[in-house]
Amino acid sequence: MITEEVVDLSRLQFAITALYHFIFVPLTLGLAFLLVIMESVYVMTRKQVYKDMTQFWGKLFGINFALGVTTGLTMEFQFGTNWAYYSHYVGDIFGAPLAIEGLMAFFLESTFIGLFFFGWDRLSPRRHLMVTFLMALGSNLSALWILIANGWMQNPVGAEFSYETMRMEMTSFAELVFNPVAQVKFVHTVAAGYVTGSMFVLSISAYYLLKKRDLPFARRSFAIASAFGLASILSVIVLGDESGYELGDVQKTKLAAIEAEWDTHPAPASFTLFGIPNQETQTTDYAIKIPYALGIIATRSLDQEVTGIKDLIEQHEVRIRNGMIAYGLLTKLRGGQTDDATIAAFEEVKKDLGYGLLLKRYTENVVDATEEQIQAAAHDTIPNVAPLFWSFRVMVACGFAMLLIFALAFYFNATRRLESKRRFLRIVTFALPLPWIAAETGWVVAEYGRQPWSIGEILPVHLSTSTLEASSLYTSIGAIVAFYTLLLVIEVFLMVKYARLGPSALHTGRYHFEQNGEHSNQAKPEIAGGAA
Amino acid sequence: MILDYETLKLVWWVLVGVLLVGFMITDGFDMGAGILLPFLGKNDAERRIIINTVGPHWDGNQVWFITAGGALFAAWPAVYAVAFSSFYFAMMLVLFALFFRPVGFDYRSKIADPRWRSTWDWGLFISGAVPALVFGVAFGNLLLGVDFYLDEFLRPHYTGSFFDLFHPFALICGVVSLTMLAAHGAIWLQMRADQPVADRAGKAGLIMLVIMLIAFAAGGLVLLNGMPGLHIDMMPAKDALPNPLNKQVSVVDNGWLANYQTYNWMITAPITAFVTGLLTLLLVKARRSGLAFATHSITMTAIICTAAFSLFPFVLPSLSNPNSSLTLWDAASSHLTLNVMFIAAMIFVPIILLYTLWTYKVMWGRVTSKQIEGNPLAY
Repeated sequence: MITEEVVDLSRLQFAITALYHFIFVPLTLGLAFLLVIMESVYVMTRKQVYKDMTQFWGKLFGINFALGVTTGLTMEFQFGTNWAYYSHYVGDIFGAPLAIEGLMAFFLESTFIGLFFFGWDRLSPRRHLMVTFLMALGSNLSALWILIANGWMQNPVGAEFSYETMRMEMTSFAELVFNPVAQVKFVHTVAAGYVTGSMFVLSISAYYLLKKRDLPFARRSFAIASAFGLASILSVIVLGDESGYELGDVQKTKLAAIEAEWDTHPAPASFTLFGIPNQETQTTDYAIKIPYALGIIATRSLDQEVTGIKDLIEQHEVRIRNGMIAYGLLTKLRGGQTDDATIAAFEEVKKDLGYGLLLKRYTENVVDATEEQIQAAAHDTIPNVAPLFWSFRVMVACGFAMLLIFALAFYFNATRRLESKRRFLRIVTFALPLPWIAAETGWVVAEYGRQPWSIGEILPVHLSTSTLEASSLYTSIGAIVAFYTLLLVIEVFLMVKYARLGPSALHTGRYHFEQNGEHSNQAKPEIAGGAA
Repeated sequence: MILDYETLKLVWWVLVGVLLVGFMITDGFDMGAGILLPFLGKNDAERRIIINTVGPHWDGNQVWFITAGGALFAAWPAVYAVAFSSFYFAMMLVLFALFFRPVGFDYRSKIADPRWRSTWDWGLFISGAVPALVFGVAFGNLLLGVDFYLDEFLRPHYTGSFFDLFHPFALICGVVSLTMLAAHGAIWLQMRADQPVADRAGKAGLIMLVIMLIAFAAGGLVLLNGMPGLHIDMMPAKDALPNPLNKQVSVVDNGWLANYQTYNWMITAPITAFVTGLLTLLLVKARRSGLAFATHSITMTAIICTAAFSLFPFVLPSLSNPNSSLTLWDAASSHLTLNVMFIAAMIFVPIILLYTLWTYKVMWGRVTSKQIEGNPLAY
């Protein structure tokens, strides 16, 4: 039986596994292209240090990639295991980009990552560079297809409900692929990945510079990361996700919630920089506002309105009442009363069927819902404002902090004053978590902001789950948390170990721990022990 | 649209099979190598040889499995939904076992401590053995029927339990798939590993092949002795919009044998499995491992075909609620989706095969300890 508990646990499990998966994904996306850049320089200049850079950062790439693959498997299984009705209801559309991701992207990435590690002695430098490039291309194409699938959840275009098959069916593959929400998300997400990769290389290189170790290696890594990072963070900020927020009702609602925009204001709306949103009174206390900013950010214009939450609830209530009619007609159609009049009447209102399904949370018999239930369902259409409001601001703050860091890093490096700026280098080292905080809060905004829908305006979350017992979910969540925690501990341990060891991990004999007498005694057992 | 709806439905039944076979032939040998790892490698150097024979390939191979899952989602959403949610704990078991693969391969060599390495060796064993066993058990349960029904809104409900899955017949099927993949891994190692691992692998391969053939024959005997199957009494046209509840199905004894009478040629599948199985035994014994790899791939294909032919046109039968059973005609996606996916498969599968073969060509040759030590990025 599907209880609220089962729904909440299913959501919790999905949130845990998705957020965990996305610890590893952005680093893969970004580091892959940094490896391409480093190796390209090697192929052009044939300087050994660039080959060492590709191999060393590639080693860290591998440690990260392993968990990316591991946790990605869970994501693919989970739609079927925990969201069976979702899978049935939208698999006709949602499954296609996932399958094409496998065929077009994941095969490419996974096949060539093998050659990236094992092909150094068997391929010419140019061929090996091609392999690295195809691996990076694969990882980025993979993000494209996954975000097409995710974009469709936010803004479901190119599909229609069929009462005969009792599911959504694809009407246009092109609309699915060129969904503007998906395109915007793709650019934003991969650029954020490049930022993550850059910050990773930048922070660890800053650490070597502070320790005055392997300086030529660290300087070159730092230089590449600062330039690539600056370009990437600028694209993330300029091509922000919010440009997709005018499309589709879910995105509008999300935007209003992010901004705690309770009422519709005349255009252009002001941006609430700070405040304490209060869902009960539908007001924002202590608000500090910047005039015009929201209107410009959200609509990219000065004369378009941003709809407020109160108005959205009213609009949704109308659609819920329509949805009740649609549900009533659907029941007749499913019961075999398929005359032309019923079909025509259903076609008329079926775009609001999803809103009718929102009532399923309160009553089995949607058509007889009480006034109170309708009001409750209408309020359900607005996600909790406070978590969205804060997540969004944390994300943006991290973004601007990183812009500052990359700009300074680039400037100090270009003017050759980097190594004297020790305090700055220390800040760069400690800035390492920033891109992850931004990415995770960004996904909270995107997915928590989609509530109460699993597919915007079409399928509510509480209908999407599998018919499972709560005890099964407690078991799987417990096992996942235990396993994931253990894996994360191991991963971080290996990352720290190899990041500290630096390029000496390649045991070429050219780097710090293999030359400097005092240190080498300490580190030798690890290296000699086949630390490969 | 390139093909009509009915044809496309059938084509996707074949394509799901192709992806499964692709998975068995490629990922099968690295899972098999993982199963044999703790037994064939007597010391760390030997175990690293085993791991590094599959090192460059396991990741790409695994994508056959992932893509098969994605294709199931896209082409047969109802099957994906029912199978994954009904087999909840079995799927979790496979998932958790698979967790050991990427980390096992990548992290094992990063620390020299013997306890660390031996832990990951058993992790790799689990990541090969558990999925291999569960896949067979799952196929067994398809033939036994899965206890589920679909309600009026096509929501699946599972009425069985996790422990019901371990029916003796399902376990026999589990032994077939476990030994089949272990044998595949053994043949791979006989072909690609340095001595003494290669010779040991040959011996292990012989044992696995014998058990596989006995278990396959045992499963066949159960099937021949009145095992109940399904018969379609009435169903909508094959090109109708898919709705599983629009057909009438009854349970009949020997139901899974009916196809072999209707379509005589289907009998070639089990016969081929036995013939090439015995041939593989001889080839492994003669150390002709390249040929053995090819004949064993045929055996595996024939074994999967035997299961698929017996079930046809069912893909996910329910014996407790036969009308809810899913067939390739009524569990498929829409005409447009099948068409789009068909075009995608026609474009990408050949490309994938080409570059995959190229990576095997680049990495070809016996893996030795010396090579492993020469590559700082080896496993």
